[in-house]
Amino acid sequence: MLHQLGALRALAVYAFWILATIVVLSAVMVIAARNPVHSVLFLILAFFTSAGLLVLIGAEFLAMLLVVVYVGAVAVLFLFVVMMLDVDFVELKQGFLSYLPFGLLVGAVFLAEIVLASFAGLESHVSTFDASPGAATNAEAIGQVMYTQYMLLFQMAGIILLVAMIGAIVLTLRHRPGVKRQSVAKQTSRRRSDAFELKDPSSGQGI
Amino acid sequence: MSNLIESFGDFTGFWMVLGQVGLFTLVLLLSIAFLLLLDRKIWAAVMMRKGPNVVGPFGLLQSFADFGKFLLKEIVIPAGANKTVFILAPILTCTLSFVAWAAIPVAPGTVSGTSWVVSNLNVGVLYLFAISSLGVYGIIMGGWASNSKYPFLGALRSAAQMVSYEVSIGFIIVTVILLSGSMNLSVIVENQAGGFWNWHAFSLQYFPLIFVMFPMFVMFFISALAETNRPPFDLPEAESELVAGYQVEYGSTPYLLFMLGEYLNIVLMCAMMTVLFLGGWHGPFALGDAVQDWPPLLLSLSGLFWFMVKILFFFFMFAMVKAIVPRYRYDQLMRLGWKIFLPTSLAAVLIVAGYVVYTGVQS
Repeated sequence: MLHQLGALRALAVYAFWILATIVVLSAVMVIAARNPVHSVLFLILAFFTSAGLLVLIGAEFLAMLLVVVYVGAVAVLFLFVVMMLDVDFVELKQGFLSYLPFGLLVGAVFLAEIVLASFAGLESHVSTFDASPGAATNAEAIGQVMYTQYMLLFQMAGIILLVAMIGAIVLTLRHRPGVKRQSVAKQTSRRRSDAFELKDPSSGQGI
Repeated sequence: MSNLIESFGDFTGFWMVLGQVGLFTLVLLLSIAFLLLLDRKIWAAVMMRKGPNVVGPFGLLQSFADFGKFLLKEIVIPAGANKTVFILAPILTCTLSFVAWAAIPVAPGTVSGTSWVVSNLNVGVLYLFAISSLGVYGIIMGGWASNSKYPFLGALRSAAQMVSYEVSIGFIIVTVILLSGSMNLSVIVENQAGGFWNWHAFSLQYFPLIFVMFPMFVMFFISALAETNRPPFDLPEAESELVAGYQVEYGSTPYLLFMLGEYLNIVLMCAMMTVLFLGGWHGPFALGDAVQDWPPLLLSLSGLFWFMVKILFFFFMFAMVKAIVPRYRYDQLMRLGWKIFLPTSLAAVLIVAGYVVYTGVQS
């Protein structure tokens, strides 16, 4: 039994390395791809594979949320916008070299932070990681704290999103005069008798 | 993953899962062949035609003949197309619609408390929702990669349409999750045991909620039509305006994959409605002690029978809607999704949540 469980764990380790490789490669391709639509598609691959990594550590609820929210909604809008833009690919790549040092700097800081954090937390947290603390499933674990302990943060995040949405609407909403609009009430209240009338013309008479 | 380890402590479990996947694929492919024919036959009957009746007795082998024709035709890729994405799009559509079936429980297991399902996920409903929300990518990618106008218009329409209706589908699913207190599909099915009046569509065990859940059931059906791009919401491929929308440039095997994915998605939506609202594998009447002595395998098979009957019922409804209802205008479609379905389903979530808290059925 023990060595069989070991075999499954080995399977999980292989799965981790495969998924992690795909995440890193697709993340590199997001900035390296020549075509912006390809970039977004690689971004979607990175999101999706990250969801796979979350499943691997037992956080299946978060994984599904990642797919539903980021892949299913946010990335669709990205793709939607990028597809409709008329982008000059050559012009887009011209700033690449001048921004490169800055990008490398940010990347190096991120890497240093991750290395530091993972070495510091290696002994205390990693070995005892529990994806669903104090509950049967991690959906329940999140549900227990979301509306109690983190109520304020949760509501604040909601309000920020609402403000952002209203802001976007206010910035783009224009009232143009003289536009022909659909009046739904008028359309649905239209009856058969308003639309046509049956005539029975006698032969040779016409209407 | 933990489910996998629990249910198959043995490493041979890997091969069992592989076998189950193979079986599911085979059965699905075969049933799609006949469901396609059924769709065409129903459509024909409504129009007082005969429908396909040449290949095989009553045209039963028509789908197989079509299949052979699709496979043998030359794959044409337009010169301006983005080759990789063009080929990837139908493969993605078809794969996703197969993958979603992994979480659908089709029958009660021979051991009590289990069910016939490839992966008994704790977040089964969310998994289905996530996979079906990915379906839009096949269409967008196909439409964009074709690099021509009609497919692109179709892709844009479908992106907006599918994202819109996913929102109301999500809220409708939440009402079911609230009632059954779990996102595990098998638990949701077990919550509807004991006769057809306990099915979530009627939910007489939560009495006044029938006035909320039945409209939710109808709305889910309509949203499912929109989500699978079926008439009256087939604007992404509206053949009278966009020729065939995102599929214009496709032919041969890639087209076959698109069509296969589309029909698999329809059957998947039928299965989702069966599981969420119509009691899954439960028959219309609880037989209770009468079937106590039946061998467990027979009980499982009768569960499978009811599951298939319900899927066929929904498929029949899908086909009838296609035959009878004229296509929506695009602004009507958007209005229905955002201004009618979204507020109604949101109100339903509030009412059901209030009911659950007030009566304490879940605690």
